[in-house]
Amino acid sequence: MSVLTLTIEGRDVAGQTGGTILQVARENGIHIPTLCHLQGLSDVGACRLCVVEVEGQRKLFPACVTTIDEGMKVTVNSERLAAHRRRIVELLFTERNHVCSVCVADRNCELQDLAVELGLTHFDLPLLSPQASVDATHERFGIDHNRCVLCTRCVRVCDEIEGAHTWDVMGRGTEARLITDMGTPWGDSNTCTSCGKCVQVCPTGALFEKGRSVAEARRRRPYLPYLVAHEGRTR
Amino acid sequence: MSKPRLATIWLDGCSGCHMSLLDMDERLLEITDRVDIVYGALVDFKEFPENVDVTLVEGAISSEDDLRKIHEVRRNTRILVSLGDCAVTSNVPGMRNQIGPAAILERAYLENVTINPQLPGPMVPRLLAMSRPVHAVVKVDVFVPGCPPSADLIHSVLDDLISGRVPVTAGVTCFG
Repeated sequence: MSVLTLTIEGRDVAGQTGGTILQVARENGIHIPTLCHLQGLSDVGACRLCVVEVEGQRKLFPACVTTIDEGMKVTVNSERLAAHRRRIVELLFTERNHVCSVCVADRNCELQDLAVELGLTHFDLPLLSPQASVDATHERFGIDHNRCVLCTRCVRVCDEIEGAHTWDVMGRGTEARLITDMGTPWGDSNTCTSCGKCVQVCPTGALFEKGRSVAEARRRRPYLPYLVAHEGRTR
Repeated sequence: MSKPRLATIWLDGCSGCHMSLLDMDERLLEITDRVDIVYGALVDFKEFPENVDVTLVEGAISSEDDLRKIHEVRRNTRILVSLGDCAVTSNVPGMRNQIGPAAILERAYLENVTINPQLPGPMVPRLLAMSRPVHAVVKVDVFVPGCPPSADLIHSVLDDLISGRVPVTAGVTCFG
C-alpha cells in the first residue's frame, strides 16, 4: 500500500491508498459530523452529514465512503456545508415523531447532539407527523419507529458482527421502515439471538431496552470493544 | 427612557417554562427592576396590552383560544420569543397530531372515564385539527428550545433583549 498526500482544511495530511476522507480527517484530529457511521461497521453513506467539498468538483462528497486521492484538496467546514448539514438534521427531525422531552434517549442521543452542534433551534419545514408503530413483542427490547432515522447501524451490526441479519429495511422514502426477519414481529424472530448489539449502536431512542423510562437509555458501547470502544458522545 | 415592556403568555404547555423562569431566583428581582411586566402569570392584567416590547410565549397552538391569543400577541409585540419545546416544535401537545382531536377527546373523556363520561362543552375552547409550533402560525423572532429551557438560559435571553442585544440560542440549548 502506498501513501497519498492531500490537504484537509488547508492542512497537509497523508493516508493509505483506499483510505476514506473521514478516516484521514479523524486520524488528524479534524472533526466531521457523522450519524450513520460507526467505526468497526461498513460505511453506507446513508445520512450524508459527512458531506465535504473537494476542490475542482461541483458536487459534494460523503467523507465516509469517498476514498482519498493524491493532491486532493478537501474543505470540511463552509457556510454551504453547514447549511446542508443543518437541513439534513431538520429533515430527520421532521420526518418522524421525535419528541426529545419524553424520549428514552433524551440527553443520550446523537440526533439531539447534532442539533446543538449544528445550531438548529427550530424547524422551518413542516412536521410530517407520520403514523409510526412500536414493536414491543421482544422479551427484552423494543423498537419505536417514531424515533428511527434509518441510519441502518442496527442492520449492519446484526449482519456484520453478530452474523444473524435479523434486521433489514422495507419500503422506500418516507415509507421505509426497519423490519425483523420478513416483516414479522421481533418477538417471533427465528434469527434474533437477543444479543442486544442493535440496541447498543442505535444513535437515537428507536431501539431500547425494556424497563428504561424517559432519558434512561445508556448506550454501553464499551460492551462492544471489538466494534468501537470510545466513540459516541454523551453529555 | 422608559423601561421595556415585558409580557409572558401560557398557551398549550405544562407551565414548566414559567416555572423555569421563576427558577432564576433572586435574578428575577434584578430583571423586574429593569422592565415593566405588563401581562402574564406573574401579574393580574386581564387583557393583552398594546405596544409590548418582548413577549415570551410558552406552549403550542392547539385550540381556537390559543389561535386567537397568539394573533393578538403578535399584533401587539415587537419581539416575540418562542420559549420552550412546545412553542418551538409543538412537543408533547403535538403527539396527538397523528391521532386527531376527535379520537383523543373520545379516549380521554368517554372511554377512560367511569363517572359521568361527557365531552367538553362549549365553555372549553375547541381543539384545532393539529397542535402546531408558534412559528407555523405567526412570525417568531427568537427561538429558545428546551423542555424546559434552563433558568440560566432564560435569564441570559432576557438580559440580552432588555439590553438591546440579539440573543444567540444556537448551540447552547438542546431540544428536550
